[in-house]
Amino acid sequence: MSMIIARDLVKTYGKGSSLVKALDSVSLEIDAGQFTAVMGPSGSGKSTLLAVLGALNTPEGGTYLVDDIEVFALGSDKRADFRREYLGFVFQSFNLVPYLSLAENVMLPLAIKRLPKRQKLDMAHTALERVGLAGKEKRLPSEVSGGEQERAAVARALVNQPPILLADEPTGNLDQANTHRMMELLKQLGVEGMTIVMVTHSPTCAGYADRVINMADGKLIGEESGVTLATACAV
Amino acid sequence: MNLTDIALLNLRRKKAKAAFVLAGLLTGVATMVALMGLGSALTHEINHKLEKYGANILITPRSDQLNMSYGGMSLGGFSFDAKEIRQADLGAIRKIKNSANVAAVGPMVLGRTEAAGRPVLLAGVDWGEARILKPWWKLKGKEPGLGQVAPGAEAARLLGLTTGSKVKVAGRELTVSGVLEPTGSQDDHLLFMPLAPAQEILGKQGLVSLVEVAALCKDCPIEAMVTQIDQALPGAKAVAIQSVVKGRMEAIAHFKRFALGVSLLVALLGALVVLVTMMGSVKERTGEIGIFRAIGFRSSQVMRVVLTEALILSAAAGLLGYLAGHLAGELALPLFSQDGGGHLPWDPSLAGAALVLALVCGSAASLYPAWMASRLDPAQALRTL
Repeated sequence: MSMIIARDLVKTYGKGSSLVKALDSVSLEIDAGQFTAVMGPSGSGKSTLLAVLGALNTPEGGTYLVDDIEVFALGSDKRADFRREYLGFVFQSFNLVPYLSLAENVMLPLAIKRLPKRQKLDMAHTALERVGLAGKEKRLPSEVSGGEQERAAVARALVNQPPILLADEPTGNLDQANTHRMMELLKQLGVEGMTIVMVTHSPTCAGYADRVINMADGKLIGEESGVTLATACAV
Repeated sequence: MNLTDIALLNLRRKKAKAAFVLAGLLTGVATMVALMGLGSALTHEINHKLEKYGANILITPRSDQLNMSYGGMSLGGFSFDAKEIRQADLGAIRKIKNSANVAAVGPMVLGRTEAAGRPVLLAGVDWGEARILKPWWKLKGKEPGLGQVAPGAEAARLLGLTTGSKVKVAGRELTVSGVLEPTGSQDDHLLFMPLAPAQEILGKQGLVSLVEVAALCKDCPIEAMVTQIDQALPGAKAVAIQSVVKGRMEAIAHFKRFALGVSLLVALLGALVVLVTMMGSVKERTGEIGIFRAIGFRSSQVMRVVLTEALILSAAAGLLGYLAGHLAGELALPLFSQDGGGHLPWDPSLAGAALVLALVCGSAASLYPAWMASRLDPAQALRTL
């Protein structure tokens, strides 16, 4: 069953001769629990696709349904609610709030929920434990490594238990060991039923996905399975 | 962790910026409190003086013949020989509508007579009422009783009288019970006696020449009381003596208006400091706001974070501004007070006004930055990271 259905998504930047079609009639369906990697060179439109799937960017054309909700028919507030309930984001540059501790960063999506403080703390603790950061709740982002910051960002994306995780180059700033650890974590989340869409340049990372979509010039130009890619990379 | 916690944590992180906003608003509030406090203290001082001032309504016989002055104040048509007020009628003053505001009614009989062979003005007064009406009178000696007289300082000098000496007044030998210390008024030239013996000497039994009334309290309806007394005593004319007090009150009213103007100007400058600082803060936090929007904060919730920060700082500026303004007012009061002293009372209503001013200025100045923050496009905001 498809969790994400996108049809004929069009997104342009600029005007006249400088007009760039970042998304050119992009259609795709992603099943619930599927780990999908989006690959392509810089400027291929993969980050724009992720921003549109994340309801952060509104396309000029096309439809986008998540769990049968037509996302771009929602008003601004409802769209914010949708992001909070359905989506978890992991950004390339971690995007942790610098003056909040790791636990407070993880609790951010819960800040607008009417839950007891204790419960919010427990949920943050569980999420941090899930990504292997138990005991580092009170550290500021500047006091932990890049890999730990990225895992804290994943914990923040997980704390609300959204059905979909969107990750934009989640390992772009990590070393090999941390990259492997992060990808194993995402793979495990996929196994547990989370729908994951990850943008990456790295074939190695894409190899962890169930499905790899290739983009160029704002178009989907093909797809393959992650296993195939991983095998090819290994060779 | 809720929106208020986020606001508090950001303030804690950006202490210098928070202190700058706080100082801007605090200066405005403190200026308002100091100037308003000074205005209130000076008003209180003049009210206090008003209550110590003595008579502020003078009742004279209604006449259109002769003019004379008393105590530097103009009495309407007044003639010793023409008309007098019947003492028995004075009870009506205690029955006027605003009789509760009447502190004292002091009848006085005046008449020309001779003392020690020289012409003098003899005044018969009710000494009990005179203590309220003329609180500045100081006697070297005692108040005169039967067979006694108390000359004013100048009269005593001219007649060569001292406490205990004897003087012949209208052929009667009287003892000087005390001498009035100089007052700088016409009282210095008079001979004073109790009312009844003076009426007897002057041949004006049951009559008085004028009546002084003290209607002394803050916001007394003096003009209304004058009208009521006029109606109660048809043969007399009541005049309010307020020119000096009114002049001083007018000066204080001017000061208060000036204070309000300056306060509003400084508060406006404080609000501008808040506006500029909060705008800078929002721009600096574009990426952070992008994160908030990406993880599901509504526009209004982003706005609430910014406004909560402003309100926390504004409340602190209101309270600290009141304390600072009160202290500044205390220090400045001796420069403005005629007495050169006194103190500013702790005024809960002024404290409340300071808090409200700070909250209104702080939140009004933060509305635009908060709105800007709420309108940030999350995708663009995230690109700044």
